[in-house]
Amino acid sequence: MNNSKQIKHLYARAGFGIRFEDLHDRENWSIKKSVRKLFKASEKIEPLKAVSENIDLRPRDYKTMTDDEKRQLNQDRNKQEKALNDAWVKQLSNTDAQLREKMTLFWHNHFACNIGNSYYQQELNNIERTHALGNFKTLLLQVSQTPAMLQFLNNQQNQKGHPNENFARELMELFTLGRGHYTEQDIKESARAFTGWAYNGKDGTYSFNPRAHDDGIKTFLNNTANFCGEDILNIITENKQTAVFICTKLYRYFVNEVPDEIHVTQMADVFYKENYEIAPLLKFVFLSDWFYDEKNIGNLVKSPVEFLAGLNRQFYINYQNPDVLMQFQRTLGQVLFRPPNVAGWPGGRSWIDSSSLMYRMKIPSTILNAGLIDFTGKATPEDEAYLASQRKQQLNVIKRVQAQPDWDKFLKDIPKDTTHEEIARFMLEPDLNKTVIDEINRPGDIKSVVIQIVSTPEYQLC
Amino acid sequence: MERRDFLKNTALISGAFMVPAFLKPLEAIAKGDLTGHKNLVIIQLSGGNDGLNTVIPYGNDIYYQKRKTIAINKPDVITLNDMQGLNPNLSALKEIYDQGWMSIVNSVGYPNPDRSHFRSMDIWQTGSDSNQFLSTGWIGRYLDSNCQTCKNPYTAIEVDDTLSLAMKGTKMKGIAVQDPNKLFQTTREPFFKDLVHDHGDANLNEDNLGYLYKTMIETYSSADYIQKTSKTYNVTAQYPNTALGNQLKNVSKFINSGLDTRVYYVSLSGFDTHVGQQNQQGRQLKIYGDAVAAFVKDLKGTGKLDDTLVMTFSEFGRRVEQNASNGTDHGTANNVFMFGGKLKKQGIFNDAPDLTTLDNGDLKYQVDFRDIYATLLDKWLDVSNSQVLSKNFAGLDLITV
Repeated sequence: MNNSKQIKHLYARAGFGIRFEDLHDRENWSIKKSVRKLFKASEKIEPLKAVSENIDLRPRDYKTMTDDEKRQLNQDRNKQEKALNDAWVKQLSNTDAQLREKMTLFWHNHFACNIGNSYYQQELNNIERTHALGNFKTLLLQVSQTPAMLQFLNNQQNQKGHPNENFARELMELFTLGRGHYTEQDIKESARAFTGWAYNGKDGTYSFNPRAHDDGIKTFLNNTANFCGEDILNIITENKQTAVFICTKLYRYFVNEVPDEIHVTQMADVFYKENYEIAPLLKFVFLSDWFYDEKNIGNLVKSPVEFLAGLNRQFYINYQNPDVLMQFQRTLGQVLFRPPNVAGWPGGRSWIDSSSLMYRMKIPSTILNAGLIDFTGKATPEDEAYLASQRKQQLNVIKRVQAQPDWDKFLKDIPKDTTHEEIARFMLEPDLNKTVIDEINRPGDIKSVVIQIVSTPEYQLC
Repeated sequence: MERRDFLKNTALISGAFMVPAFLKPLEAIAKGDLTGHKNLVIIQLSGGNDGLNTVIPYGNDIYYQKRKTIAINKPDVITLNDMQGLNPNLSALKEIYDQGWMSIVNSVGYPNPDRSHFRSMDIWQTGSDSNQFLSTGWIGRYLDSNCQTCKNPYTAIEVDDTLSLAMKGTKMKGIAVQDPNKLFQTTREPFFKDLVHDHGDANLNEDNLGYLYKTMIETYSSADYIQKTSKTYNVTAQYPNTALGNQLKNVSKFINSGLDTRVYYVSLSGFDTHVGQQNQQGRQLKIYGDAVAAFVKDLKGTGKLDDTLVMTFSEFGRRVEQNASNGTDHGTANNVFMFGGKLKKQGIFNDAPDLTTLDNGDLKYQVDFRDIYATLLDKWLDVSNSQVLSKNFAGLDLITV
């Protein structure tokens, strides 16, 4: 039995896409076996280690610092941020633990956090990776107590008598229950329960401050007692709405932007029954028939990071200048560790507008072929002039991008006698229309055809 | 409607039906029929700007009682009348105010306010009720209304890399352009041109692939036009070297080159001041005030101020009483600023906010923000507001036309 279509879909969604080299042995696997192998490969946990120093712990006094010292400090921070970004993009692009990284990316967006301290960002990211396929309740508690989140949502300032509601509000609105399942009063009461949750500025670790904690009676979601923060998290996860909320988001991430109520309910039942274990939930999704329905194939817009990681994987791209990858992220509207706000990146169609779509269609040829997309159709004088100017710029593009795809490896794994159309059907998830088929069926070498394939609107989807 | 006009219009409509608007070659769109048209520039302050520390009710003692450590001291306030004055970081706007090019609408909000950033921003951008969820924005629906002034995808331009919900309609959407030349260059690729021109209608259905092709086609028709038109004009006025300053400078270029665009959208974030508000808000207000002042003066100089209206809003104001961390938490009603040469009531439009009668510690709104939208739609964009908003709003006496 040839399951290549299903397996290709599974890898497009649960990972960052399949390569020709992967398909040879896998096309005859059952879906069950493919899913098992996918989880097996993701048992490995590879924490990021790019940032070794917590710059905030350096003894210093802003008031007495010279301008040079301040500048140096900023440079050090920028260097750390770049190193962290680069390390994660490389891991996304090269790891065998695709599903774990894909889920880390999910939690990175779910627990969106944007702060200047890369050491804390790395710590949060490693927690998200460790528990990416583990237990959501554990993940939620650990994330809530990271210096990154305590700082980002102002819980450092949440004190008895003067509650700061920021964390309590986002916890319920964005991390667990979703809107409409709590009241403004619930926010105020639970904020009191989180007073005293803080980190120690001297060693940068979580440390509960009993003196700042309000141990009075609170009424939260119709329960009344002198709740602490852990109690609030427990009440929230005991509420099945949390399972529904997370499953809806996962459905939109893995299956379809438009949630199907029946499928989401099935997922939430599994998630809740399994006590918020993530792996059984995902296995349930990837083994469901509906996951492979025609309408769920090739209809999700890749996020910029998925787009770049997929391209890097497919062509084994090696970057000499890591800044380039960050520039691409910025151009396309998704810089890792810099979500626009606490709600994360909105995703889906919002990735696509006039500017970003054109950049997305141009970036693959920029990396793979010095900016050239061979054109075999009928060229007008204007086209000829454009192509000539592109050829002139080739050296500049190469100098700026400084990236090497491994074309030999890529081409070697394409089975002999594969037609252009077969290559396109393998590399693109949506069904192909006549325009695309006509374009790629024009005579030309495989490399030119492949560059055309990755420069299409279809390549934006998975 | 005269019978002849009726026939003419039907012919146009049926023609438009066969060839979607975004496919029409640009040369076919008559030039010159919109000269001297009015522009609306929307500036969004994201994060919930604290209106009470922006336009300070310095004449009200309650303000100083509720804001022990973050109030703006009386001597620092740029007084406007005996009750309200500007934050000192907005000093650049004083001259604009004195010239009669600024008007401040106090206590703007909506019933049953929502204190979530995302929800409240959606409410402002879609123009919905607080319990109503709309997936299209108010400018997007203005584009959808297919009125005389809004036929082209470049009718609404967001000077940014991404497009806000406000700009998205069901059939039409605005275009996001940070750098017109860069966008234009990417559309010259012969391979892309083939994909655009040879596509079949099958590519244009409702799924994501259809959306991508449609976006690409709209980009082609707009990028060419925006680039060719806007490059004819160079902005000579000085602008502060900030992101907002550069965005408004681009808007000036677009307006002064005579682009057939009616709505421009820009935003400035960083107003979510839960902690250490004074410095953070001060910094953002200075960026805002300096850039807007430069923009208004530039337009005055080029003779375009009478054709331009600038509106500034934020998704909510902040709580009257400060919090323990020298900041403020999410609140409700807020002030809205209007700038332009055609303001009906210059200066302060209505009474200063009532700091005594509060709703859970927050200001009660006096003006529904949709009455402001209605005014802009009816009087400035020449479309009936009931076509765009869910019901008809009476509007305010804000502008002279």
